[in-house]
Amino acid sequence: MSGELKKTSEGDAVVPALDFGRAWEYAPSPEATDHVHIAPRQELFIGGRWVAPRSGKYFDTSSPSTEEKLAEVAEADERDVDDAVQAARRAYDRYWSKMRGGERAKYLFRIARAIQEKSRELAIVESMDGGKPIKESRDVDLPLAAAHFFYHAGWADKLDYAFQGRAWRSLGVAGQIIPWNFPLLMAAWKLAPALACGNVVVLKPAETTPLTALLLARIIEEAELPPGVVNVVTGAGATGAALAAHAGVDKVAFTGSTDVGKRIQRAVAGTKKKLTLELGGKAANVVFADAPLDQAIEGIINGIYFNQGHVCCAGSRLLVEESVHDLVVRKLEDRIATLRVGDPLDKNTDVGAINSKMQLEKIRELVAAGEEEGAERHTAPCALPTKGYFFAPTFFTGVAQSSRIAREEIFGPVLSVMTFRTPDEAIEKANNTMYGLSAGIWTDKGAKIFWMAQRLKAGVVWGNTYNKFDPSSPFGGYKESGFGREGGRQGLLAYTELA
Amino acid sequence: MRCAEGGPSAKVARVSSQDSTLSRYGASARAAPYPLFYPPPPPVDQVAVEERAASLGKRSLKKGAKVAGLKLAVRMMDLTTLEGKDTPGKVRQMCRKALSPLDSDGTIGPCAAVCVYPNLVATAKRALAGSNVKVASVATAFPSGQSPLDVKLADVRRAVELGADEIDMVIDRGAMLSGDYAKVFDEIAATKEACGSAHLKVILETGELGSYDVVRKASEIGIAAGGDFIKTSTGKVQPAATPAVTLVMLEAIRDHYYATGRRIGMKPAGGVRTAKQSLHYLVLVKETLGDAWLTPDLFRFGASALLNDVLMQLEKERTGAYQASEDFSKD
Repeated sequence: MSGELKKTSEGDAVVPALDFGRAWEYAPSPEATDHVHIAPRQELFIGGRWVAPRSGKYFDTSSPSTEEKLAEVAEADERDVDDAVQAARRAYDRYWSKMRGGERAKYLFRIARAIQEKSRELAIVESMDGGKPIKESRDVDLPLAAAHFFYHAGWADKLDYAFQGRAWRSLGVAGQIIPWNFPLLMAAWKLAPALACGNVVVLKPAETTPLTALLLARIIEEAELPPGVVNVVTGAGATGAALAAHAGVDKVAFTGSTDVGKRIQRAVAGTKKKLTLELGGKAANVVFADAPLDQAIEGIINGIYFNQGHVCCAGSRLLVEESVHDLVVRKLEDRIATLRVGDPLDKNTDVGAINSKMQLEKIRELVAAGEEEGAERHTAPCALPTKGYFFAPTFFTGVAQSSRIAREEIFGPVLSVMTFRTPDEAIEKANNTMYGLSAGIWTDKGAKIFWMAQRLKAGVVWGNTYNKFDPSSPFGGYKESGFGREGGRQGLLAYTELA
Repeated sequence: MRCAEGGPSAKVARVSSQDSTLSRYGASARAAPYPLFYPPPPPVDQVAVEERAASLGKRSLKKGAKVAGLKLAVRMMDLTTLEGKDTPGKVRQMCRKALSPLDSDGTIGPCAAVCVYPNLVATAKRALAGSNVKVASVATAFPSGQSPLDVKLADVRRAVELGADEIDMVIDRGAMLSGDYAKVFDEIAATKEACGSAHLKVILETGELGSYDVVRKASEIGIAAGGDFIKTSTGKVQPAATPAVTLVMLEAIRDHYYATGRRIGMKPAGGVRTAKQSLHYLVLVKETLGDAWLTPDLFRFGASALLNDVLMQLEKERTGAYQASEDFSKD
């Protein structure tokens, strides 16, 4: 049944690569968007009302897959942020700090259910505004966002039992600044524990992806939370800086780049504000020769190409035991050839659009650096759409531990492959980074997973899986990946003060 | 072909003393006795493989893609009847259906093969004379395989003499589960020899093997011992084919291809009842092994109830409305 094999110059038979061609093509299968209405002008949500920005300024938010404008969005300045913080303070004093936990839980349950009811619309808008494939926003972002509200609703009336009998109290006004990679999910991660613990919130979504946070504000309005308990101020870096610096804020929570995180930490230094930071990562995904290799391949793919690699815990450094390196590379080459890159709203799309032009340029710049440094580039042979911001799934082999693509966070669909020989060397290389957010271990030996997990300096360690999230599991970093935990009992500490 | 006899310790000794011939992938197509395989097959992670198989069930197949997939599924079908009450009349009707699945649409079909017990091979052969539809016969004391080897081989030889183009054999699951891999290997190799020019499909009966690791190992034995196809199930044991077990077997086929360039076929059988399920399996093949396997030469469905559901979906795509199930012949 096999054909004649080609021979190399040494006479070795060469087995041709698998052919993932056009023998049976999937027809386009776009998610219908006709029932989704995006208001052309989006205002600020302050004190339970939708208000125009004091400056009268608006900025555009557009779809990274079509480059078309979706809406114009209010740009909040210091005055708007001040209004929001004051509205939040009033809501805290008047309602939220006095409310019984069981009552807060009712509101959170209501929000969770409304997210489920509107999940289709939210998923579509998430994919339009941010570029992520609809199958991910539908199957990952939305169910997890609802789950975070359900989980924390459960805690709201049980906090007296959460801290080994220690008394707790809420902090007050939380200023929360969230990133563009999981716009709605990060809003849920931040809002749910804050509200459950009796705090009020001023939320600042990322400027490229504000729409689902504003839809969430609508849900919160419809859930009839007391006015001012949740406020949403849209804008760019200056808005976030104004929020972090505001004297009326008791707690700052930020998820985003390490650079901005450092600036925020400087801004709150010497104040009473509590701070949690969830920053960048350069996670090692460690594959041993005794791993379930075909499943490890899926874990590698999911680790780096999930959400176009715009994931702070992405497994962007593949450390593979040298004896299986060639086999793993061959399998990876075939596997990336099956990834479907394109329209985020197509239900069969695996890799969507890069979130912004700026991010695409950053990815291109680092990939060029990788090529210059002599690493071998492997890129999926896919045709990219002519419009929009896209980058074909790529990995590099022959990467040195010292090269930029092994050290800097690319935040795109680009993987750096390196080898190791022994578990000790794997640990040394995995920890040889300024980051420490997450790591993956692939081996069939349970004892080796535990041995590795004890030595990896990372906040989250996955064994024989990757990028798995659950509201009951704390998430957060070591080193320059930040501090504080989100989710689980540990995550409640970020929004409480213990006696 | 026969391995040297010996207890477990003898097998270990053979492994270490004959390293050079032990490459699991490098072994020439049909010669390597199984206990000599080294390194052992890669482990399979149950949670992850089931997750991957399920994720491929979420591909959205519409319009042209759906029609093309379903028509391909018809051409890949081994239309099967394996019952004590099978008669020449029943088999002739099934052959007619295999030749021309839907009289109103000549672009559909024919099926790849009919699959029957040895006693009905001659009937099927006559009914299909002049066509390309193959006659597959189960043999080797199907479905349990619990008979002496000489009886099983006689079963195979007679089926081939009666005209079978393909033999669907069962492995000795008892030997597999008790660790006597040499016996499993040797029986497959002997069966391949008895097949002559007939193609051999090796049924692992995955529903009796207990874990994906054993399925993976049995797949490698079946391939190395000479199987042209590996097949999930007899259809007599539950669970029969599942997407995950099929994926594990496709991965074994892929690794064998990487190592040797040889393409082994795959046949999920039993439990594939709906058009939607059949498309899920085609997606598994397309995204695991690629275009070369999207042909009846390398992929088959073993099914008795699947065809009419596929035809109903095809008619729905053609006419825009579902037809009553009575509109499709029940052969």
